[in-house]
Amino acid sequence: MEARERVDRLELPFSRFGVDNYGISKKHLALWFTVLGALYKDYFRVKAHGTEHVPRRGRAMLIGNHSGGIAVDGAMVIASMFFELDPPRLAQGMVEKFLNRVPMASLWFNRMGQLTGLPEHAFRMLEDDRLLMVFPEGARGTAKLYWERSSLVHFGTGFMRLALQTKTPIIPFGFIGGGDAFPTVFNAVELGRLVGAPYVPISAYLLPVPLPVQLAVHYGEPMRFDGTGNEDDKVIESKVELVKARIADLIEHGERVRAGFLSLPGRP
Amino acid sequence: MIPSRMKVILPGISGLLARIVAKKLLARGHQVVGIDARPWPEAPEGIVVHTVDIRKRGAEDIFRTLRPDAVIHMATVTHLRQKSEDRYRINLGGTRAVWDHCHTYGVPHAIFVGRHTYYGAAPDSPLYHTEEEPPSGATTFPELADLVAADLYAGSALWRYPEITTTVLRICYTLGPSHHGTLAGFLNAPRVPMVLGFDPLFQFMHEDDAAEAIVVALEKKARGVFNVSGPPPLPLSVIAHAAGKKTLPVPEVLFRLVLGRFGLPGLPQGAIAHIKYPIVIDSMRFKKTIGFRYEYDAEATIDAFTHPSTT
Repeated sequence: MEARERVDRLELPFSRFGVDNYGISKKHLALWFTVLGALYKDYFRVKAHGTEHVPRRGRAMLIGNHSGGIAVDGAMVIASMFFELDPPRLAQGMVEKFLNRVPMASLWFNRMGQLTGLPEHAFRMLEDDRLLMVFPEGARGTAKLYWERSSLVHFGTGFMRLALQTKTPIIPFGFIGGGDAFPTVFNAVELGRLVGAPYVPISAYLLPVPLPVQLAVHYGEPMRFDGTGNEDDKVIESKVELVKARIADLIEHGERVRAGFLSLPGRP
Repeated sequence: MIPSRMKVILPGISGLLARIVAKKLLARGHQVVGIDARPWPEAPEGIVVHTVDIRKRGAEDIFRTLRPDAVIHMATVTHLRQKSEDRYRINLGGTRAVWDHCHTYGVPHAIFVGRHTYYGAAPDSPLYHTEEEPPSGATTFPELADLVAADLYAGSALWRYPEITTTVLRICYTLGPSHHGTLAGFLNAPRVPMVLGFDPLFQFMHEDDAAEAIVVALEKKARGVFNVSGPPPLPLSVIAHAAGKKTLPVPEVLFRLVLGRFGLPGLPQGAIAHIKYPIVIDSMRFKKTIGFRYEYDAEATIDAFTHPSTT
């Protein structure tokens, strides 16, 4: 089975129990990537471009846009790193804090290396030469409504300070189609409060299931920045703007490819 | 370099981990004098045990007459053995007595043997705790408050009594042939209860490695606060299965009701957070400063617990 075989090729320090020092479990990864593989290849038919820009080893940060009300974007980026790279890499995202309180979600996210979104976790992963996935738009990004799907909302600056502190290259990416797969028309904040989430996105067709829309992710060339991470906000924000602009370019390019204006394999 | 022979007072010597420490000290040529309200009838020849409470005059007399080179304070008790009021007095009063005596009688080195549960288990806390982090355990688990206070009080000796080399060790769960300790107590039951939908990482080390870490901290005279751990942590279910136990996942609402019944271990309500969320420590500082290396990996440690006679 492909997922199991690729899990065996992940370059992570698994113990004899098949668990690494963060609790990432081969057994859980194999199950999860089997399901994710079907979604990635057959349901969403994801096209990943520019994966050669992602370093095969060593610390790196995947920085991109949120696309779609539920975490389809994150899951498909993780799948692309697992199925397209050779050897495969495990992209580790930063999970919303409330999910660690939810039974099963807590267990599975932890076993898959998707740790709670804390600066300490991000720092530790990078110092450990892992591949970190960050959506600087945060929950504001997943809250984008259908008609806002190709826009970028405010970017947090934490990722840039972290990149400078740990001397980590940033791999920008643009994610295309998530907003079509899950067209949010309304965010139910009150309902979210009931279940402990920031909000619950409501799709145009009410069901919390994404549509089988073709998705794409475009990775750009690594961006490296100099600094200590202790600079003034203005300095950091100017660097963040460069990343944001690059991601906007990748989205625009991706939209054009998708609309058939550019022929593949084109890259900006 | 072979450390010179030291006179060591060991309050709490009758505890199972402390006994291993005492035997190790003896084997390395140190003089060991124990203080404990509980007796240790089979104490090896060469180890003197005074059956006296650490807070009493008799204990101070031992400091005065022996003038030790070091004290290893292991006379703290957990919720499993004492009711809260006594526990508070023993843990805080005892810790205060140890450092006051060290100050009065010029003891150059004092070690507080604490626990990694100091950091507490919470859904929003980082997976790996470093020594700089404040304790968050007492908020969800009041039974831990006195141990947290004793740890901080011992740590305050670093500035109150700067002439004393104070070492605070926060040691993860121990496991081994003695079947003693929090994790062992949990795994001793025929079925290991788990909160349905949660499977936290547990960090444990062989009790012999834990004792070795304490002895090495003594001989290296390490000043400061150190996390002490062994092999990387494992999910509770993996540990239970490796120990030949079955797990019993119970929904949280029922969990509180079944504890201590149907052959399941009893736990205070506050301990439930410790079965939902991990407490894992980063012990890099101890490894780097002391050069400590554990001997038993996770498999060997669990094996020593399940097959005590063969190890």
